[in-house]
Amino acid sequence: MKTDDLVSLLAAGAAPVPAHAVGRRFAAGLGLGLPAALVLLMVTHGLRPDLAHVLVEWTFWLKVVFAGGLALAAFIGAERLARPGMRLGAVWAAVAAPVLLLWLVATGVLLAAAPEQRPGLIFGTTWKTCPFSIALISLPLFAATLWIMQGLAPTRLALAGAGAGLLAGALGTLVYALHCPESGAPFVALWYVLGIAIPTVAGALLGPRVLRW
Amino acid sequence: MERTVDREARFSATENRLRDLLLPGLRGDAAAYHRFLQDLSAYLRAYFRKRLFQRPDEVEDLVQETLLAVHNQRHTYRPDQPLTAWVHGIARYKLVDLLRARAAREALTDPLDDELEVFAASDTEAADARKDLGQLLATLPDRQRLPIVHVKLEGLSVVEAAKLTGMSESAVKIGVHRGLKALAARIKGTP
Repeated sequence: MKTDDLVSLLAAGAAPVPAHAVGRRFAAGLGLGLPAALVLLMVTHGLRPDLAHVLVEWTFWLKVVFAGGLALAAFIGAERLARPGMRLGAVWAAVAAPVLLLWLVATGVLLAAAPEQRPGLIFGTTWKTCPFSIALISLPLFAATLWIMQGLAPTRLALAGAGAGLLAGALGTLVYALHCPESGAPFVALWYVLGIAIPTVAGALLGPRVLRW
Repeated sequence: MERTVDREARFSATENRLRDLLLPGLRGDAAAYHRFLQDLSAYLRAYFRKRLFQRPDEVEDLVQETLLAVHNQRHTYRPDQPLTAWVHGIARYKLVDLLRARAAREALTDPLDDELEVFAASDTEAADARKDLGQLLATLPDRQRLPIVHVKLEGLSVVEAAKLTGMSESAVKIGVHRGLKALAARIKGTP
């Protein structure tokens, strides 16, 4: 087939592209992934029994602001990585900011605490399982964000995979916070970040394999 | 100095002209979209020819593969984004992909072969693609091939194609969409 024939073929009856096609794909993927993560949390972990009381605890909101901020930055980054020729620009700073802020708060809490309280603030009671629980809860979201990316056009595949993983991890963390019984900022600063790193690294490794087009 | 200004002016004129064709094209103006793809293919050909001077016979394949990619991924273009950056992102991705596949392939073959390439082909022979899209099209399943043949090649409307094939209208639309994606995957898969 000559190139001119291909051009005619592609142009013939080309349907209009729906407005905000990229945004719609994100909405569709996350609209399925988030409820799935919530159901997974209920089945495997359950909600915190004292959830209503927790809402006045500042560390609960620390988790929400941290994971929410990170999810927003990851969303902006993933949306750009999904389009050819878009630069990340200030997104790097937006991703770093929630983590740095969290570490700042955690350091302050540690310094203010009595030395014998510090191990408890860092390890809590669930440090062994927390990162893996976050990774597990992120799994449906991870599948969703990779599916979203597959329908778009990332050109830096490892980075796009990492962005998809980061978005999944941050949203999964938001969901996991509904179960997590821990209330120490240093705990969050260490184990939550580690938990989010798992899908992020997995995405970076999988990206070049599953995102090719 | 003046020459740089001149070059930039010409460049942004091209950018604006192509963008003014693509945007209506994305809204469903087939004539504008046709001209966009036609103009674009000339730029892509020059771009790849410059970078694939050792393999002129691969240029047209890559032009076609990139056109298919541009079409299949056209929903990822953001209207406030420079079109040049978007097109360049796709073209470079496809070029790197080809070079990587070639490097992997050539690691297995005799490197001396390359020196003989000097006189192997001249530029004027490059007009034909080696991978025949028509043949690849024939390998698609009917639910994708027939919609493409009727809507894209014969120029029937979706309604007419649906009537002719007994498929539903949405199945025809999905068939065209998925068929072009499958075609893009196959053009990449063939050596």
